[in-house]
Amino acid sequence: MQPRSSPAQKSPRANLAGWLYVSPLVLVLVPFFVAPILVVLAASFFATDGFGGLTPGFTLASYVEVLHSALTLKLYLATIKFTALTWIFTLIIGFFVAYFLVFHVRNQLLAIGLFLLCTVPFWTSNIIRMISWIPLLGKEGLINQALLGLGVIRQPLEVLLFSDLAVVIAYVHQLTIFMIVPIFNSMARIDKKLIEAAIDAGASRFDIMRLIVVPMSKSGIALGTIFVVSIVMGDFFVVKVMSGGGSASVVSAFYEDVGVLQYPTAAASAVLLTLVLVAIVSLILRTVDIRQEITR
Amino acid sequence: MKNDRGDIELAGVCKSFDGATYVVDGVNLRISDGAYCCFIGPSGCGKTTILRMIAGHDDPTAGEIVIGGQNVVGLAPVQRRTAMMFQSYALFPHLTVRENIAFALRVRGQSKADRLRAADAMIEKVRLTQFADRLPAQLSGGQQQRVALARAAITEPRVLLLDEPLSALDEQLRVQMRQELRRMQQELGITFIHVTHTQLEAIALADLVVVMEQGKIKQAGAARDVYAHPHDRYVAEFMGGQNVLSGRVEKVNGASFTLAQAAPDGIEVPLLARPTVNVGDKVDIAVRRDDVALVRPGRDLPPGCTTSLPGRVLAIEYQGYFVKVMLDTVPDDEFVAYVPEKTFFADPFTVGDVVMATWATGSALPLA
Repeated sequence: MQPRSSPAQKSPRANLAGWLYVSPLVLVLVPFFVAPILVVLAASFFATDGFGGLTPGFTLASYVEVLHSALTLKLYLATIKFTALTWIFTLIIGFFVAYFLVFHVRNQLLAIGLFLLCTVPFWTSNIIRMISWIPLLGKEGLINQALLGLGVIRQPLEVLLFSDLAVVIAYVHQLTIFMIVPIFNSMARIDKKLIEAAIDAGASRFDIMRLIVVPMSKSGIALGTIFVVSIVMGDFFVVKVMSGGGSASVVSAFYEDVGVLQYPTAAASAVLLTLVLVAIVSLILRTVDIRQEITR
Repeated sequence: MKNDRGDIELAGVCKSFDGATYVVDGVNLRISDGAYCCFIGPSGCGKTTILRMIAGHDDPTAGEIVIGGQNVVGLAPVQRRTAMMFQSYALFPHLTVRENIAFALRVRGQSKADRLRAADAMIEKVRLTQFADRLPAQLSGGQQQRVALARAAITEPRVLLLDEPLSALDEQLRVQMRQELRRMQQELGITFIHVTHTQLEAIALADLVVVMEQGKIKQAGAARDVYAHPHDRYVAEFMGGQNVLSGRVEKVNGASFTLAQAAPDGIEVPLLARPTVNVGDKVDIAVRRDDVALVRPGRDLPPGCTTSLPGRVLAIEYQGYFVKVMLDTVPDDEFVAYVPEKTFFADPFTVGDVVMATWATGSALPLA
């Protein structure tokens, strides 16, 4: 009989080598990811004196408070609305930008140049990017001026800035690149011969996109989705600035909690949000086997 | 009426990608319906470009491509009713064998039941029934090739175009799949156009062999014609199996002429199809390697042989049913005799031996 090697039977040396391979990742993840999460998790079970003081112990009071509050559901609905809208727009824009770069720009140098152009907004800070919407969308902004000038409207549109619309615009502006990059990456690995073979079989442009390009870009779409969803759901800053304080998200609510020293409820909300995100991400990973798609 | 004729005519077909150099340069060719045609030539000779132009993936810069009596330039592959089998197959990696084969029917809007039935029939034809639900990556090279063939054949094209279909396979499989291609062609009864750079593949398969060089057709004809009667030095050397000698014409005597060479009396060559030669012309001739007999100096030449060229044995390669003996008879060019194994081992030569290479006078072939 052939000797079968199973992990359990491996020599201690091979085991040590395995640990050494993962050690850099462990050294980064444990202090900067695992430890903070554990701290937050512990804090969520502590009691508070209401003035920032924590009493170590085990109570579910914070969770009960968070889950019983009607505000929580409202906040989640608002956040999910932002997430869904941002996801749809970044997906559509990201997919077509990547499609254009991969399949329509023949010159590879030009494609790389255009690709870099997509990253230009990231050469400046997030705050500046958001502020720069004001002269465009504001009451006296370019769009209102133009519409007024054309006589389309009599009063400046107030909905453009400091509104949910502005929040979504800012998110899409910021996050489309997170869709473009992974989708571009998976599209670039599609053999151009496949497209030709599909044309040879009589496929229309739409058929090619539907039957070849989209299914073969699935891993990129899934990765981009994970980026966008987790960033939007974990954000409070854009909502705060772009809605002018008119809208809130899950994170902005527990940011407020931290501001008024309600650490355990903030921690409980954070844990809840983490669980929701983990559920969403695992749902995405269940639909698309990213690992298999990438190694294909 | 649907036109099912798969005869092809290329008339003055040219292709240039940059406007300056022509990859395909004035090609005229007629391929009859149901023929197996092989384009052969070194890489970059334009054979694949011709194939792609017939398939409709490239447009000719000039000239006409006529399939079944209809000029198809500018038409999509579907309208031409051609199908192409790509080099390295270009199977859709995310679709199963069955879905790959049914793809063309799917985009033609056939119902799922219909197209899967048709695909299953085709899968049976290429003997892949047990692999129908696998992905291409789970198949061997030969199986992938059969999927590619089935995928191309399912639309009942009148012309099937194959771009180096066997190049991704190892030697043994290549010979096996070669037969399978021929079998499929006979079964389908349609025109096959096959691009290759392996002359053995071409002459084994083709009804019509087209030898190309730098965008031009050098010779087109039946396999045996091209192999045994090459037009010129290029074809003779490319198809192999020939020794090419060149020299000046010493005298012309009726139906033959004499070529000045290292041989004491020159080489006598029949004129054959060559119109005229004049004394002093530089002429290439070809002698088949298996027509060359080797004799030790001083011995009698076999009957019918008048020419003999002296040479030293450079190398000997045992090839099984024959022995390849390389001589230094012609300066700067190889001169090879394929000696039948039994003849060779009756009186074996060794490297360094001086031998006389001789052949029947009629077997020398003047080249253009």
